[in-house]
Amino acid sequence: MAINTDKNVYTVVFASIMVVVVGAILASFASGLRPRIDENERFAKQQNILYAMGVHENTEDSGVNFIPTDRVENEFANYIKEQYVLNNNGDVEQYEEAYLLDLKKQIAALKKGEEAKLPFFIGEKDGKKSYILPMYGKGLWDAIWGFMALDENLVVQGVYFDHKGETPGLGANIKLRYFMDDFSGEYVVDGNQFKGIAVAKGNNDPLNENKEDYEVDALAGATITGNGVAAMIKESLNLYKPYLQTVRIN
Amino acid sequence: MALLSKKDTNLILDPLADNNPITIQVLGICSALAITAELQASVVMAISVIFVMGVGNVVISLLRNVIPSKIRIIVQLVVVATLVIMVDQVLKAFAYELSKTLGAFVGLIITNCIIMGRFEAFALGNGPWRSFLDGIGNALGYGVILVIVGFFRELLGTGTLFGIPVLGDPIAKTGLYSIGYENNGFMIIPPAALIVVGILIWIQRSRNKALIEEA
Repeated sequence: MAINTDKNVYTVVFASIMVVVVGAILASFASGLRPRIDENERFAKQQNILYAMGVHENTEDSGVNFIPTDRVENEFANYIKEQYVLNNNGDVEQYEEAYLLDLKKQIAALKKGEEAKLPFFIGEKDGKKSYILPMYGKGLWDAIWGFMALDENLVVQGVYFDHKGETPGLGANIKLRYFMDDFSGEYVVDGNQFKGIAVAKGNNDPLNENKEDYEVDALAGATITGNGVAAMIKESLNLYKPYLQTVRIN
Repeated sequence: MALLSKKDTNLILDPLADNNPITIQVLGICSALAITAELQASVVMAISVIFVMGVGNVVISLLRNVIPSKIRIIVQLVVVATLVIMVDQVLKAFAYELSKTLGAFVGLIITNCIIMGRFEAFALGNGPWRSFLDGIGNALGYGVILVIVGFFRELLGTGTLFGIPVLGDPIAKTGLYSIGYENNGFMIIPPAALIVVGILIWIQRSRNKALIEEA
């Protein structure tokens, strides 16, 4: 039987069937894989938070080596002692699984004046406390985000940065060790001023020996991504300022 | 009897050389520019395109007698988009690290003109087996160029291959860098891909004069 595929009715029927079939295939695919994807995302977040506070498997010359996924859940429970949220009034309350909150949504809510819950975490490693802040900002092409671990004096213990679509080989290098390692030991607060850390070109300190200049050496060819990182750090510090001020007095 | 007839073999081999989608047909240039700054991204993109094209060509070929001609481009788009979403989800579920490095690039496969081109030019008029071979052949031809370009751009631009330093340390000045060699930052930005592809086209046509078009 030959079908006349030029008829309008046939075209509409074909299109409708196609939409239903494709929709069904994609929906079953998505819901079938959802638990696995969620788990991967959760593990990645745990790995990133632990990385910022210095819990990783880096060796002297290695790249970024996270705690492997099969151990990360236990290690996360070991090192991250408390999870909190900071609300609009500057009040802090304990919050279970705060690390799963989406910072982007919380910042958006805050800017609209709605109720926001800004997550942060307190970790402990070798008897030293880490105050770990998440951060979210924009690079050249798309979102950038990360975590920063501070000690009681608000000196940076470590950072982790990631990005959605920065230029490979240029801005994308913010997630490489030679950039992130520079932040360790940097000061972010000068007296009462939350200065953050500028990602500076020509700061005459490419080996980053001066830790009190509020600067790290920029990535060549990635000016806008670097500025984005600096702006993100500053914004995040200011978001958590009400809490961080109480930390330092203690 | 050989596994593939001579005609079928040509379906795979032609796009690798004398009918290469990038250097001869000049298709798929956009993604060749975007993702070849690093070799790893090139390889994964090539593999993803091979899958999408092989399967997509078969699907279109099987449906070729029932697809209404008025909406055939839309049907082709839906097939590509569906396959790409599936690849993306599978990568996210089983190769999470990789899916993060590829990020938006996997989505870019949808806009790859080679895929639409082969659906339209080949799969709509040929049987599933031959369409499959044609898809694999063209995707391989695309992938080969991607990997070559990625190799040179990463090597000359950052001195690494698959992220591993091969020319020494540019900051500590070891290896090649100790005698004054410098990485070429230009290789990392997209225009460099055009130049590398241009050189490939030049080499290919000077070896086979038959490929040169009449001016």
